[in-house]
Amino acid sequence: MAKRFGEKPVFADVSFRLARGEAVALVGANGTGKSTLLRCLMGLIPASSGSVHLLGQQTNAATGRQLRALRAQVGLVSQKHNLVPRLSVLSNVVHGLLGKHPGLRHWSHSLAPHASRVAAMSALERVGLADFANRRADRLSGGQSQRVAIARAIVGTPSVLFADEPCASLDPSAGEDVMELFFRLVRDEGVSVVFTSHNIEHALRYGDRVLGLAQGRLRLDATAVSLSAADLRGLYD
Amino acid sequence: MTDIAPTRFSLARFERPSAIAFLGYVFGLVIIFWCLAGAGFSLEKVASSPPRFADFATRAFPPNLEPQVLARLGWKMVETLQIAVAGAVIGVILSVPVALLAARGLIAGPWVNHTVRTILGFIRAVPDIAWALVFVVAVGLGPFAGMLAIAIDTVGFCGRFFADDMEATDKGPAESLTATGARKIDVVACATIPGAMPAFVSTSLYALEKAVRSSTILGLVGAGGIGIELKVGFDLFDYPTAMTVILMIAVVVIAIEAVSGWARTRIIGEQR
Repeated sequence: MAKRFGEKPVFADVSFRLARGEAVALVGANGTGKSTLLRCLMGLIPASSGSVHLLGQQTNAATGRQLRALRAQVGLVSQKHNLVPRLSVLSNVVHGLLGKHPGLRHWSHSLAPHASRVAAMSALERVGLADFANRRADRLSGGQSQRVAIARAIVGTPSVLFADEPCASLDPSAGEDVMELFFRLVRDEGVSVVFTSHNIEHALRYGDRVLGLAQGRLRLDATAVSLSAADLRGLYD
Repeated sequence: MTDIAPTRFSLARFERPSAIAFLGYVFGLVIIFWCLAGAGFSLEKVASSPPRFADFATRAFPPNLEPQVLARLGWKMVETLQIAVAGAVIGVILSVPVALLAARGLIAGPWVNHTVRTILGFIRAVPDIAWALVFVVAVGLGPFAGMLAIAIDTVGFCGRFFADDMEATDKGPAESLTATGARKIDVVACATIPGAMPAFVSTSLYALEKAVRSSTILGLVGAGGIGIELKVGFDLFDYPTAMTVILMIAVVVIAIEAVSGWARTRIIGEQR
Protein backbone atom coordinates (compact mmCIF):
# COMPACT_ATOMS: atom_id res chain seq x y z
CA MET A 1 0.00 0.00 0.00
CA ALA A 2 1.12 3.58 -0.64
CA LYS A 3 -0.34 6.94 0.32
CA ARG A 4 0.31 10.38 -1.11
CA PHE A 5 -1.29 13.72 -0.32
CA GLY A 6 -1.22 15.39 -3.71
CA GLU A 7 2.35 15.03 -4.91
CA LYS A 8 3.71 14.56 -1.41
CA PRO A 9 4.36 10.89 -0.59
CA VAL A 10 3.57 9.81 2.97
CA PHE A 11 4.57 6.16 2.76
CA ALA A 12 5.02 3.51 0.09
CA ASP A 13 5.52 -0.24 -0.19
CA VAL A 14 3.89 -0.95 3.15
CA SER A 15 2.74 -4.53 3.39
CA PHE A 16 1.97 -6.68 6.41
CA ARG A 17 -0.45 -9.26 7.81
CA LEU A 18 -2.31 -9.09 11.08
CA ALA A 19 -3.08 -12.48 12.65
CA ARG A 20 -6.21 -13.06 14.71
CA GLY A 21 -5.61 -12.04 18.33
CA GLU A 22 -2.25 -10.45 17.53
CA ALA A 23 -1.13 -7.05 18.82
CA VAL A 24 0.99 -5.07 16.40
CA ALA A 25 2.87 -1.96 17.48
CA LEU A 26 3.49 0.64 14.79
CA VAL A 27 6.43 2.89 15.63
CA GLY A 28 8.28 5.64 13.85
CA ALA A 29 9.20 9.30 14.10
CA ASN A 30 6.66 12.12 13.72
CA GLY A 31 5.47 12.54 10.14
CA THR A 32 6.27 9.00 9.02
CA GLY A 33 2.57 8.34 8.43
CA LYS A 34 1.59 6.07 11.33
CA SER A 35 -1.79 7.77 11.89
CA THR A 36 -2.39 8.02 8.15
CA LEU A 37 -1.69 4.30 7.83
CA LEU A 38 -4.25 3.52 10.55
CA ARG A 39 -6.85 5.64 8.75
CA CYS A 40 -6.14 3.87 5.49
CA LEU A 41 -6.51 0.50 7.22
CA MET A 42 -9.98 1.50 8.46
CA GLY A 43 -10.98 2.96 5.12
CA LEU A 44 -11.42 6.43 6.65
CA ILE A 45 -9.16 7.76 3.91
CA PRO A 46 -8.39 5.93 0.67
CA ALA A 47 -4.94 4.53 -0.05
CA SER A 48 -3.31 5.99 -3.17
CA SER A 49 -2.37 2.54 -4.40
CA GLY A 50 -2.51 -1.02 -3.16
CA SER A 51 -5.29 -2.54 -1.12
CA VAL A 52 -6.38 -3.36 2.41
CA HIS A 53 -8.03 -6.68 3.20
CA LEU A 54 -9.74 -6.37 6.54
CA LEU A 55 -11.71 -9.27 8.03
CA GLY A 56 -11.82 -10.92 4.64
CA GLN A 57 -13.03 -7.86 2.74
CA GLN A 58 -11.16 -5.46 0.49
CA THR A 59 -11.90 -2.01 1.90
CA ASN A 60 -11.08 0.03 -1.20
CA ALA A 61 -13.51 -2.04 -3.28
CA ALA A 62 -16.32 -1.97 -0.69
CA THR A 63 -19.49 0.08 -1.13
CA GLY A 64 -20.43 2.60 1.53
CA ARG A 65 -22.83 0.15 3.13
CA GLN A 66 -20.25 -2.67 3.10
CA LEU A 67 -17.64 -0.36 4.58
CA ARG A 68 -19.99 0.61 7.40
CA ALA A 69 -20.75 -3.06 8.10
CA LEU A 70 -17.02 -3.73 8.19
CA ARG A 71 -16.30 -0.80 10.49
CA ALA A 72 -19.00 -2.06 12.85
CA GLN A 73 -16.61 -4.94 13.55
CA VAL A 74 -13.66 -2.68 14.38
CA GLY A 75 -13.00 -0.03 17.01
CA LEU A 76 -10.82 3.07 17.18
CA VAL A 77 -9.18 4.68 20.20
CA SER A 78 -7.63 8.05 19.43
CA GLN A 79 -4.96 10.09 21.13
CA LYS A 80 -7.40 12.92 21.87
CA HIS A 81 -10.15 10.59 23.18
CA ASN A 82 -12.66 12.27 20.85
CA LEU A 83 -15.63 12.08 23.19
CA VAL A 84 -18.60 14.36 22.57
CA PRO A 85 -17.97 16.81 25.41
CA ARG A 86 -21.45 17.92 26.43
CA LEU A 87 -23.05 14.48 26.40
CA SER A 88 -23.10 11.96 29.21
CA VAL A 89 -20.48 9.27 29.53
CA LEU A 90 -23.16 6.64 28.95
CA SER A 91 -24.39 8.31 25.72
CA ASN A 92 -20.82 8.41 24.45
CA VAL A 93 -20.47 4.68 25.05
CA VAL A 94 -23.89 3.93 23.50
CA HIS A 95 -22.63 5.73 20.36
CA GLY A 96 -20.13 2.90 19.97
CA LEU A 97 -23.09 0.71 18.93
CA LEU A 98 -24.22 2.99 16.08
CA GLY A 99 -22.49 0.85 13.48
CA LYS A 100 -24.48 -2.21 14.50
CA HIS A 101 -27.68 -0.37 15.41
CA PRO A 102 -28.04 2.78 13.32
CA GLY A 103 -30.82 5.23 14.03
CA LEU A 104 -32.48 7.49 16.53
CA ARG A 105 -32.58 5.01 19.42
CA HIS A 106 -28.80 5.03 19.76
CA TRP A 107 -28.43 8.82 19.59
CA SER A 108 -28.71 9.12 23.35
CA HIS A 109 -28.64 6.81 26.36
CA SER A 110 -32.15 8.02 27.23
CA LEU A 111 -33.55 6.58 24.00
CA ALA A 112 -31.37 3.46 23.82
CA PRO A 113 -32.97 0.01 24.11
CA HIS A 114 -32.46 -1.88 27.37
CA ALA A 115 -29.95 -4.32 25.83
CA SER A 116 -27.77 -1.47 24.52
CA ARG A 117 -27.84 0.33 27.88
CA VAL A 118 -26.81 -2.90 29.60
CA ALA A 119 -23.98 -3.45 27.08
CA ALA A 120 -22.77 0.14 27.55
CA MET A 121 -22.90 -0.13 31.34
CA SER A 122 -21.02 -3.42 31.15
CA ALA A 123 -18.30 -1.79 29.01
CA LEU A 124 -18.07 1.06 31.53
CA GLU A 125 -17.80 -1.42 34.35
CA ARG A 126 -14.91 -3.13 32.59
CA VAL A 127 -13.00 0.15 32.42
CA GLY A 128 -13.91 0.92 36.05
CA LEU A 129 -16.16 3.90 35.35
CA ALA A 130 -19.69 2.55 35.91
CA ASP A 131 -20.22 5.18 38.63
CA PHE A 132 -19.52 7.95 36.11
CA ALA A 133 -22.24 6.92 33.62
CA ASN A 134 -24.36 10.05 34.08
CA ARG A 135 -21.46 12.50 34.30
CA ARG A 136 -20.81 14.84 31.39
CA ALA A 137 -17.83 13.75 29.31
CA ASP A 138 -16.16 17.15 29.61
CA ARG A 139 -16.12 16.82 33.40
CA LEU A 140 -13.70 13.86 33.30
CA SER A 141 -9.92 13.80 33.74
CA GLY A 142 -7.73 12.85 30.77
CA GLY A 143 -7.27 9.29 32.00
CA GLN A 144 -10.99 8.85 32.65
CA SER A 145 -11.82 10.24 29.18
CA GLN A 146 -9.49 7.73 27.55
CA ARG A 147 -11.09 4.90 29.55
CA VAL A 148 -14.52 6.01 28.28
CA ALA A 149 -13.11 6.06 24.73
CA ILE A 150 -11.91 2.49 25.28
CA ALA A 151 -15.37 1.51 26.57
CA ARG A 152 -16.90 3.05 23.43
CA ALA A 153 -14.45 1.09 21.25
CA ILE A 154 -15.13 -2.27 22.94
CA VAL A 155 -18.88 -1.98 23.52
CA GLY A 156 -19.62 -3.36 20.06
CA THR A 157 -17.35 -6.39 20.73
CA PRO A 158 -15.05 -5.63 17.77
CA SER A 159 -12.79 -8.18 16.11
CA VAL A 160 -10.05 -5.62 15.42
CA LEU A 161 -9.07 -2.53 17.38
CA PHE A 162 -6.97 0.37 16.17
CA ALA A 163 -5.38 2.68 18.72
CA ASP A 164 -3.60 5.86 17.67
CA GLU A 165 -1.12 6.79 20.41
CA PRO A 166 -3.71 5.98 23.08
CA CYS A 167 -1.72 7.42 25.99
CA ALA A 168 0.14 10.26 24.25
CA SER A 169 -1.98 12.98 25.87
CA LEU A 170 -1.86 11.47 29.36
CA ASP A 171 0.65 11.85 32.16
CA PRO A 172 3.00 8.84 32.55
CA SER A 173 1.06 7.27 35.42
CA ALA A 174 -2.38 7.61 33.76
CA GLY A 175 -0.81 6.46 30.49
CA GLU A 176 0.51 3.27 32.11
CA ASP A 177 -2.90 2.58 33.67
CA VAL A 178 -4.70 3.09 30.35
CA MET A 179 -2.30 0.85 28.41
CA GLU A 180 -2.49 -1.85 31.07
CA LEU A 181 -6.29 -1.76 31.05
CA PHE A 182 -6.56 -1.60 27.27
CA PHE A 183 -4.36 -4.61 26.68
CA ARG A 184 -5.89 -6.63 29.52
CA LEU A 185 -9.30 -6.15 27.89
CA VAL A 186 -8.21 -6.96 24.36
CA ARG A 187 -6.20 -10.00 25.49
CA ASP A 188 -9.25 -11.27 27.41
CA GLU A 189 -11.39 -10.98 24.31
CA GLY A 190 -8.78 -12.23 21.82
CA VAL A 191 -9.13 -9.05 19.77
CA SER A 192 -6.51 -8.14 17.15
CA VAL A 193 -4.89 -4.77 17.77
CA VAL A 194 -2.84 -2.32 15.76
CA PHE A 195 -1.53 0.54 17.89
CA THR A 196 0.85 3.39 17.24
CA SER A 197 3.21 4.62 19.92
CA HIS A 198 6.29 6.73 20.46
CA ASN A 199 6.94 4.83 23.66
CA ILE A 200 9.48 2.15 22.79
CA GLU A 201 8.91 0.34 26.08
CA HIS A 202 5.15 0.13 25.36
CA ALA A 203 5.77 -1.16 21.84
CA LEU A 204 7.98 -3.96 23.15
CA ARG A 205 5.82 -4.79 26.17
CA TYR A 206 2.36 -4.73 24.59
CA GLY A 207 3.08 -5.62 20.98
CA ASP A 208 3.49 -9.20 19.81
CA ARG A 209 5.06 -7.76 16.70
CA VAL A 210 6.61 -4.39 15.94
CA LEU A 211 6.44 -2.57 12.63
CA GLY A 212 8.78 0.36 12.14
CA LEU A 213 8.18 3.16 9.65
CA ALA A 214 11.05 5.42 8.57
CA GLN A 215 11.60 7.60 5.51
CA GLY A 216 8.20 6.54 4.17
CA ARG A 217 9.06 2.85 4.11
CA LEU A 218 8.44 -0.12 6.37
CA ARG A 219 11.96 -0.60 7.78
CA LEU A 220 11.19 -3.10 10.51
CA ASP A 221 8.82 -6.04 10.91
CA ALA A 222 9.84 -8.38 13.71
CA THR A 223 8.47 -10.07 16.80
CA ALA A 224 8.77 -7.99 19.94
CA VAL A 225 10.76 -10.64 21.80
CA SER A 226 13.45 -10.59 19.12
CA LEU A 227 13.94 -6.83 19.44
CA SER A 228 15.69 -4.54 21.90
CA ALA A 229 15.02 -0.90 22.66
CA ALA A 230 18.18 -0.02 20.72
CA ASP A 231 16.74 -1.59 17.58
CA LEU A 232 13.72 0.72 17.77
CA ARG A 233 15.70 3.82 18.64
CA GLY A 234 17.44 3.41 15.31
CA LEU A 235 14.14 4.27 13.62
CA TYR A 236 14.22 7.74 15.17
CA ASP A 237 17.76 8.62 14.01
CA MET B 1 26.06 61.50 28.89
CA THR B 2 25.94 59.27 25.90
CA ASP B 3 24.70 60.47 22.55
CA ILE B 4 22.58 58.00 20.65
CA ALA B 5 23.75 58.48 17.13
CA PRO B 6 21.27 57.60 14.41
CA THR B 7 22.35 54.55 12.48
CA ARG B 8 21.59 53.83 8.88
CA PHE B 9 19.30 51.04 10.11
CA SER B 10 17.07 53.31 12.22
CA LEU B 11 13.41 53.19 11.20
CA ALA B 12 11.31 56.18 10.17
CA ARG B 13 8.40 56.86 12.53
CA PHE B 14 6.00 57.07 9.63
CA GLU B 15 6.32 55.16 6.43
CA ARG B 16 5.76 57.14 3.25
CA PRO B 17 2.82 55.58 1.40
CA SER B 18 3.39 54.22 -2.05
CA ALA B 19 1.79 56.02 -5.01
CA ILE B 20 -0.86 53.33 -5.33
CA ALA B 21 -1.66 53.43 -1.59
CA PHE B 22 -1.92 57.26 -1.77
CA LEU B 23 -4.32 57.02 -4.71
CA GLY B 24 -6.31 54.43 -2.74
CA TYR B 25 -6.69 56.79 0.24
CA VAL B 26 -7.78 59.63 -2.06
CA PHE B 27 -10.28 57.35 -3.80
CA GLY B 28 -11.68 56.27 -0.40
CA LEU B 29 -12.18 59.89 0.66
CA VAL B 30 -13.89 60.73 -2.65
CA ILE B 31 -16.29 57.81 -2.16
CA ILE B 32 -17.15 58.94 1.38
CA PHE B 33 -17.85 62.54 0.26
CA TRP B 34 -19.88 61.26 -2.70
CA CYS B 35 -22.02 59.16 -0.32
CA LEU B 36 -22.50 62.09 2.07
CA ALA B 37 -23.67 64.24 -0.87
CA GLY B 38 -26.04 61.51 -2.04
CA ALA B 39 -27.44 61.20 1.49
CA GLY B 40 -28.23 64.94 1.50
CA PHE B 41 -25.83 65.65 4.35
CA SER B 42 -26.28 69.24 5.42
CA LEU B 43 -24.51 70.95 8.34
CA GLU B 44 -27.10 73.73 8.08
CA LYS B 45 -29.91 71.26 8.77
CA VAL B 46 -27.95 69.65 11.61
CA ALA B 47 -27.48 73.10 13.15
CA SER B 48 -31.16 74.03 12.80
CA SER B 49 -32.55 70.72 14.10
CA PRO B 50 -32.18 71.14 17.91
CA PRO B 51 -35.03 73.69 18.20
CA ARG B 52 -37.33 71.44 16.16
CA PHE B 53 -36.27 68.40 18.17
CA ALA B 54 -36.91 70.36 21.36
CA ASP B 55 -40.36 71.28 20.02
CA PHE B 56 -41.10 67.59 19.38
CA ALA B 57 -39.86 66.68 22.86
CA THR B 58 -42.03 69.38 24.43
CA ARG B 59 -45.11 68.08 22.62
CA ALA B 60 -44.25 64.39 23.28
CA PHE B 61 -43.56 64.74 27.01
CA PRO B 62 -45.04 63.67 29.25
CA PRO B 63 -45.82 60.38 27.50
CA ASN B 64 -49.44 59.29 27.42
CA LEU B 65 -49.89 57.11 30.50
CA GLU B 66 -53.69 56.92 30.53
CA PRO B 67 -54.74 53.44 31.75
CA GLN B 68 -56.84 52.76 28.64
CA VAL B 69 -53.95 53.69 26.32
CA LEU B 70 -51.45 51.69 28.37
CA ALA B 71 -53.75 48.66 28.30
CA ARG B 72 -54.17 48.91 24.52
CA LEU B 73 -50.46 49.40 23.88
CA GLY B 74 -49.62 46.66 26.39
CA TRP B 75 -51.71 44.14 24.48
CA LYS B 76 -50.11 45.29 21.22
CA MET B 77 -46.70 44.78 22.81
CA VAL B 78 -47.74 41.28 23.90
CA GLU B 79 -48.81 40.58 20.31
CA THR B 80 -45.42 41.92 19.14
CA LEU B 81 -43.60 39.52 21.44
CA GLN B 82 -45.85 36.66 20.30
CA ILE B 83 -44.94 37.42 16.67
CA ALA B 84 -41.25 37.58 17.55
CA VAL B 85 -41.12 34.41 19.65
CA ALA B 86 -43.30 32.32 17.29
CA GLY B 87 -41.38 33.51 14.21
CA ALA B 88 -37.97 33.02 15.82
CA VAL B 89 -38.80 29.54 17.15
CA ILE B 90 -40.17 28.34 13.80
CA GLY B 91 -37.21 29.94 12.02
CA VAL B 92 -34.65 28.31 14.33
CA ILE B 93 -36.31 24.87 13.95
CA LEU B 94 -36.37 25.17 10.14
CA SER B 95 -32.77 26.40 10.14
CA VAL B 96 -31.37 23.10 11.42
CA PRO B 97 -32.21 20.94 8.36
CA VAL B 98 -31.40 23.86 6.05
CA ALA B 99 -28.01 24.28 7.73
CA LEU B 100 -27.32 20.56 7.39
CA LEU B 101 -27.70 20.95 3.63
CA ALA B 102 -25.62 24.15 3.58
CA ALA B 103 -22.71 22.83 5.68
CA ARG B 104 -19.79 21.59 3.60
CA GLY B 105 -18.61 18.03 4.14
CA LEU B 106 -21.54 16.83 6.24
CA ILE B 107 -24.44 15.13 4.47
CA ALA B 108 -24.84 16.88 1.12
CA GLY B 109 -22.47 17.35 -1.80
CA PRO B 110 -20.81 20.62 -2.86
CA TRP B 111 -23.48 21.45 -5.43
CA VAL B 112 -26.26 21.27 -2.83
CA ASN B 113 -24.14 23.22 -0.30
CA HIS B 114 -23.55 26.00 -2.81
CA THR B 115 -27.20 26.17 -3.93
CA VAL B 116 -28.55 26.30 -0.36
CA ARG B 117 -25.97 28.91 0.67
CA THR B 118 -26.92 31.06 -2.32
CA ILE B 119 -30.62 30.85 -1.38
CA LEU B 120 -29.78 31.77 2.23
CA GLY B 121 -27.76 34.71 0.93
CA PHE B 122 -30.79 35.90 -1.05
CA ILE B 123 -33.06 35.57 2.01
CA ARG B 124 -30.66 37.66 4.08
CA ALA B 125 -30.28 40.25 1.33
CA VAL B 126 -34.02 41.05 1.45
CA PRO B 127 -34.82 43.21 4.52
CA ASP B 128 -37.37 41.87 7.02
CA ILE B 129 -39.74 44.77 6.31
CA ALA B 130 -39.74 43.76 2.61
CA TRP B 131 -40.54 40.16 3.58
CA ALA B 132 -43.41 41.53 5.69
CA LEU B 133 -44.78 43.40 2.64
CA VAL B 134 -44.56 40.20 0.59
CA PHE B 135 -46.41 38.17 3.24
CA VAL B 136 -49.06 40.87 3.73
CA VAL B 137 -49.83 40.40 0.04
CA ALA B 138 -49.69 36.61 0.36
CA VAL B 139 -51.66 36.00 3.58
CA GLY B 140 -53.29 39.36 4.25
CA LEU B 141 -52.86 42.04 6.89
CA GLY B 142 -52.17 41.01 10.47
CA PRO B 143 -49.71 39.32 12.79
CA PHE B 144 -49.50 36.07 10.77
CA ALA B 145 -47.75 37.95 7.95
CA GLY B 146 -45.35 39.40 10.51
CA MET B 147 -44.63 35.99 12.02
CA LEU B 148 -43.84 34.54 8.57
CA ALA B 149 -41.52 37.48 7.84
CA ILE B 150 -39.67 36.94 11.10
CA ALA B 151 -39.47 33.17 10.47
CA ILE B 152 -37.93 33.50 7.00
CA ASP B 153 -35.58 36.24 8.17
CA THR B 154 -34.45 33.92 10.99
CA VAL B 155 -33.89 31.04 8.55
CA GLY B 156 -31.65 33.28 6.43
CA PHE B 157 -29.64 34.29 9.48
CA CYS B 158 -29.53 31.05 11.52
CA GLY B 159 -29.25 28.75 8.49
CA ARG B 160 -25.98 30.38 7.50
CA PHE B 161 -24.52 30.59 11.01
CA PHE B 162 -25.62 27.10 12.07
CA ALA B 163 -23.90 25.73 8.94
CA ASP B 164 -20.70 27.65 9.73
CA ASP B 165 -20.85 26.47 13.35
CA MET B 166 -21.18 22.82 12.29
CA GLU B 167 -18.28 23.14 9.85
CA ALA B 168 -16.13 24.55 12.64
CA THR B 169 -16.72 21.75 15.18
CA ASP B 170 -13.91 19.45 16.26
CA LYS B 171 -13.77 16.65 13.67
CA GLY B 172 -12.34 14.11 16.13
CA PRO B 173 -15.62 12.83 17.66
CA ALA B 174 -17.18 12.58 14.18
CA GLU B 175 -14.22 10.54 12.95
CA SER B 176 -14.45 8.21 15.94
CA LEU B 177 -18.15 7.57 15.28
CA THR B 178 -17.50 7.10 11.56
CA ALA B 179 -14.92 4.50 12.57
CA THR B 180 -17.65 2.54 14.41
CA GLY B 181 -19.58 2.23 11.13
CA ALA B 182 -22.14 4.91 11.95
CA ARG B 183 -24.08 6.48 9.06
CA LYS B 184 -23.47 10.13 8.18
CA ILE B 185 -26.80 11.21 9.65
CA ASP B 186 -26.02 9.39 12.92
CA VAL B 187 -22.58 11.00 13.05
CA VAL B 188 -24.10 14.45 12.52
CA ALA B 189 -26.80 13.86 15.16
CA CYS B 190 -24.45 12.40 17.76
CA ALA B 191 -21.20 14.31 17.25
CA THR B 192 -21.56 17.36 15.01
CA ILE B 193 -24.80 18.86 16.35
CA PRO B 194 -23.93 18.33 20.05
CA GLY B 195 -20.50 19.83 19.32
CA ALA B 196 -22.08 22.89 17.73
CA MET B 197 -24.88 23.20 20.31
CA PRO B 198 -23.33 26.04 22.37
CA ALA B 199 -22.94 28.09 19.20
CA PHE B 200 -26.51 27.15 18.16
CA VAL B 201 -27.88 28.39 21.49
CA SER B 202 -25.94 31.63 21.26
CA THR B 203 -27.02 32.26 17.66
CA SER B 204 -30.66 31.38 18.45
CA LEU B 205 -30.80 33.81 21.37
CA TYR B 206 -29.33 36.52 19.17
CA ALA B 207 -31.95 35.66 16.53
CA LEU B 208 -34.65 36.11 19.18
CA GLU B 209 -33.28 39.54 20.12
CA LYS B 210 -33.21 40.46 16.43
CA ALA B 211 -36.77 39.16 15.99
CA VAL B 212 -38.06 41.29 18.86
CA ARG B 213 -36.41 44.41 17.40
CA SER B 214 -37.80 43.62 13.93
CA SER B 215 -41.31 42.80 15.13
CA THR B 216 -41.71 46.25 16.68
CA ILE B 217 -41.65 47.90 13.25
CA LEU B 218 -43.49 45.31 11.13
CA GLY B 219 -46.77 46.99 12.08
CA LEU B 220 -45.70 49.96 9.92
CA VAL B 221 -46.61 47.85 6.87
CA GLY B 222 -49.64 46.18 8.44
CA ALA B 223 -47.93 42.98 9.59
CA GLY B 224 -49.15 43.17 13.17
CA GLY B 225 -47.57 44.29 16.41
CA ILE B 226 -47.05 47.64 18.08
CA GLY B 227 -45.55 49.32 15.00
CA ILE B 228 -48.99 50.33 13.77
CA GLU B 229 -49.54 52.31 16.98
CA LEU B 230 -46.31 54.20 16.34
CA LYS B 231 -47.41 55.04 12.81
CA VAL B 232 -50.88 56.16 13.93
CA GLY B 233 -49.35 58.23 16.74
CA PHE B 234 -47.15 60.17 14.30
CA ASP B 235 -49.82 60.40 11.57
CA LEU B 236 -52.30 61.97 14.03
CA PHE B 237 -49.60 64.16 15.67
CA ASP B 238 -50.37 62.30 18.90
CA TYR B 239 -46.76 62.58 20.02
CA PRO B 240 -47.35 61.64 23.70
CA THR B 241 -48.79 58.27 22.62
CA ALA B 242 -45.98 57.80 20.05
CA MET B 243 -43.46 58.54 22.81
CA THR B 244 -45.15 55.92 25.04
CA VAL B 245 -44.75 53.39 22.22
CA ILE B 246 -41.06 54.28 21.73
CA LEU B 247 -40.37 53.95 25.45
CA MET B 248 -42.25 50.61 25.63
CA ILE B 249 -40.23 49.27 22.70
CA ALA B 250 -36.97 50.41 24.30
CA VAL B 251 -37.83 48.83 27.66
CA VAL B 252 -38.92 45.52 26.10
CA VAL B 253 -35.90 45.27 23.75
CA ILE B 254 -33.46 46.06 26.58
CA ALA B 255 -35.24 43.54 28.84
CA ILE B 256 -35.13 40.83 26.17
CA GLU B 257 -31.41 41.47 25.61
CA ALA B 258 -30.78 41.19 29.36
CA VAL B 259 -32.80 37.95 29.64
CA SER B 260 -31.06 36.57 26.54
CA GLY B 261 -27.63 37.39 27.96
CA TRP B 262 -28.54 35.73 31.25
CA ALA B 263 -29.90 32.63 29.47
CA ARG B 264 -26.78 32.45 27.28
CA THR B 265 -24.55 32.34 30.34
CA ARG B 266 -26.80 29.84 32.16
CA ILE B 267 -27.11 27.45 29.22
CA ILE B 268 -23.67 27.71 27.66
CA GLY B 269 -21.63 28.55 30.75
CA GLU B 270 -18.20 30.08 30.62
CA GLN B 271 -16.96 27.90 27.78
CA ARG B 272 -18.39 27.71 24.31
